[in-house]
Amino acid sequence: MATTEFTLSCPFPIQDYPHVLMAHGGGGRLMHQLIGKMIAPAFSDTPLAMQHDASTFEVTAGKLAFTTDSFVVRPLFFPGGDIGSLAVHGTVNDLAMAGARPVYLSAAFIIEEGLPMETLWKVVTSMQQAARACGVRIITGDTKVVDKGKGDGLFINTTGVGILEHAQTISPAQVQPGDSILVNGDIGRHGMAVMAVREGLEFESAIESDSAPVAEAVLKLLEAGIQVHCLRDLTRGGLTSVLNEIAEAAGLTIAVEETRVPVREDVRAACEILGLDPLGVACEGRFAAFVAESDADRALQILRAHSMGTEAVRIGQVTEQRKARVLLRSAIGVQRILDVPSGEQLPRIC
Amino acid sequence: MKFLDEYRDGEAARSYAREIARITTRPWALMEICGGQTHAIVKFGIDELLPQSLSLIHGPGCPVCVTPLEIIDKALEIAARKDVIFTSFGDMLRVPGSHTDLLSVKAAGGDVRIVYSPLDALKIAAQHPAKEVVFFGVGFETTAPATAMAVYQAARAGLKNFSLLVSHVLVPPAMEAILGSSNCRVQAFLAAGHVCTVMGFEEYVPIAAKYGVPIVVTGFEPLDILQGILMCVEQLESGRCEVENQYSRSVRREGNQPAQKLLQEVFRVVPRKWRGVGEIPASGLGLSEAYAAFDAEQKFGVAALSVEEPADCLSGQVLQGLIKPHQCPAFGSRCTPEHPLGATMVSSEGACAAYYRYRRQESTAT
Repeated sequence: MATTEFTLSCPFPIQDYPHVLMAHGGGGRLMHQLIGKMIAPAFSDTPLAMQHDASTFEVTAGKLAFTTDSFVVRPLFFPGGDIGSLAVHGTVNDLAMAGARPVYLSAAFIIEEGLPMETLWKVVTSMQQAARACGVRIITGDTKVVDKGKGDGLFINTTGVGILEHAQTISPAQVQPGDSILVNGDIGRHGMAVMAVREGLEFESAIESDSAPVAEAVLKLLEAGIQVHCLRDLTRGGLTSVLNEIAEAAGLTIAVEETRVPVREDVRAACEILGLDPLGVACEGRFAAFVAESDADRALQILRAHSMGTEAVRIGQVTEQRKARVLLRSAIGVQRILDVPSGEQLPRIC
Repeated sequence: MKFLDEYRDGEAARSYAREIARITTRPWALMEICGGQTHAIVKFGIDELLPQSLSLIHGPGCPVCVTPLEIIDKALEIAARKDVIFTSFGDMLRVPGSHTDLLSVKAAGGDVRIVYSPLDALKIAAQHPAKEVVFFGVGFETTAPATAMAVYQAARAGLKNFSLLVSHVLVPPAMEAILGSSNCRVQAFLAAGHVCTVMGFEEYVPIAAKYGVPIVVTGFEPLDILQGILMCVEQLESGRCEVENQYSRSVRREGNQPAQKLLQEVFRVVPRKWRGVGEIPASGLGLSEAYAAFDAEQKFGVAALSVEEPADCLSGQVLQGLIKPHQCPAFGSRCTPEHPLGATMVSSEGACAAYYRYRRQESTAT
């Protein structure tokens, strides 16, 4: 396996420093060693370039997209991913939601003193592999070390730059009555995967996170000239939050069919047990696309032809009603409001 | 999902609804006891399939909602202590006490943890011998056996750093309190299926006979609830008042006897305050003398704390089915899930929360 090979060839003397020390963020030799030997070579073919105060890159004429996101996840490793791959996918996906082709990322690490060096190396390797798979380059970064007890092992921030290669405006304000709402696959897997590990819930088989880059699938839609009015990744708050935010921004009623929203059996079962609504559970490789009704079938075909959209479906429609709300038709055919919870969903008593 | 989707089938639901409409000749008022049923009714829109002459009254069966303010305040006081790890089911964390809630205590540095089973709390106690681990034992007869098992095992293992803040309540005394009140409108009950899975339904027979009400033990899925309603209406229309079991795939007449035995071993029946309702005699479970050493109220000296309920929260009337949540003047304005006046607005099973979450338009329409 590539990861193992890489672990073996880690150029940093892990045996000398099995844990991250405050000195690794102190500006002295240890910090330069950590960055120069471990982090920069993993991310760049020209590691020295990463050790300037800023990286430079050429831009073509046109529009750029720019975004940032911070990643805090416990546990750092979960079935289907880890904080490193998540930090790459999350920002790449945010760029994709603007319809941009992701090109560059930054990576900033806030490390808690005492974090096993091996853990940091695994995360760095995972980021390297995820970035390669997404076709983005990590060209600048930062490391800070905080006292033990002042962090949760490792926090990562990634900032991304992407290029817009089309002339469409993608935003909630573009959403029109009649638009079809598509999702690129089953929802709720990431949130339940992390919760199952964090809370020590044992199911028959591990639920794997859906963490994955969706930029390529989105770009296929745009290249085919699909009229994409709005895109949103279904992260915190899940589908419920996204639909409500867009209904609010567009000032329109959105109507969704509960039975059409794909949720895998194991995720549904875990949600049933805990009293959670899968529609409000986070994903990390899923998005909702609001596309012109006339293009919906073609958009579905394109998504289904891509590995990130084999189970893409149409879950509902934007209505003509000028009232900002989301209506959900339940399994027994009655319509009700789909509202956002006031905070995190909490597991119920019985 | 197997054994779930079958009970959510739209066509079957509509055919039950047609049958209910066909046999209903007069207005009837039914109460579903359990908050889980209330949420299913509102979430799936079951009541919208029913004839208008049939009204569903939402009962007091949400354990979070009926937990009195003073127990919440006791929990908050204990949870804030430095030497304590306070463990609770998730949905108690947001319930407001007089001044704050457990989530805020946690944010202020209290060690408050969500557990999925009281036995998890026991594990934490074994792992942290230098800390006092307290479990917040809330719920009806459904959750009481698991709490009892935790205390039972703690005693066997000689765990001295584990204790219980207990606020378990019993369904039949609450039903009698409702039926005995002068403004009671309830003509039939959907009894809570999970409670009966533990307790069986023998104890409902004298209630049905004394007050002349049909009681149908009912499950939680849309088809369960619709069938339970149909069975109630059939009884009402034919003048019967019997105890029937719709939820026979889970409930036996005698219930779960090992669980009942454990309850008898660990707990004794005590009078208990119900939030918004007041004290109901013989309506709660407290630790029996043999297990008194595990009583957190005694251990932390909070037993004497007494708190008045706020006057502008009408959750007591909601819990007794006297008003619907959106008929409360504070609903959706002074009382929201972000700033709740009472627990019914917070709990995932609370009637006010269900109406706020799924039915907010009704508050503007009425």
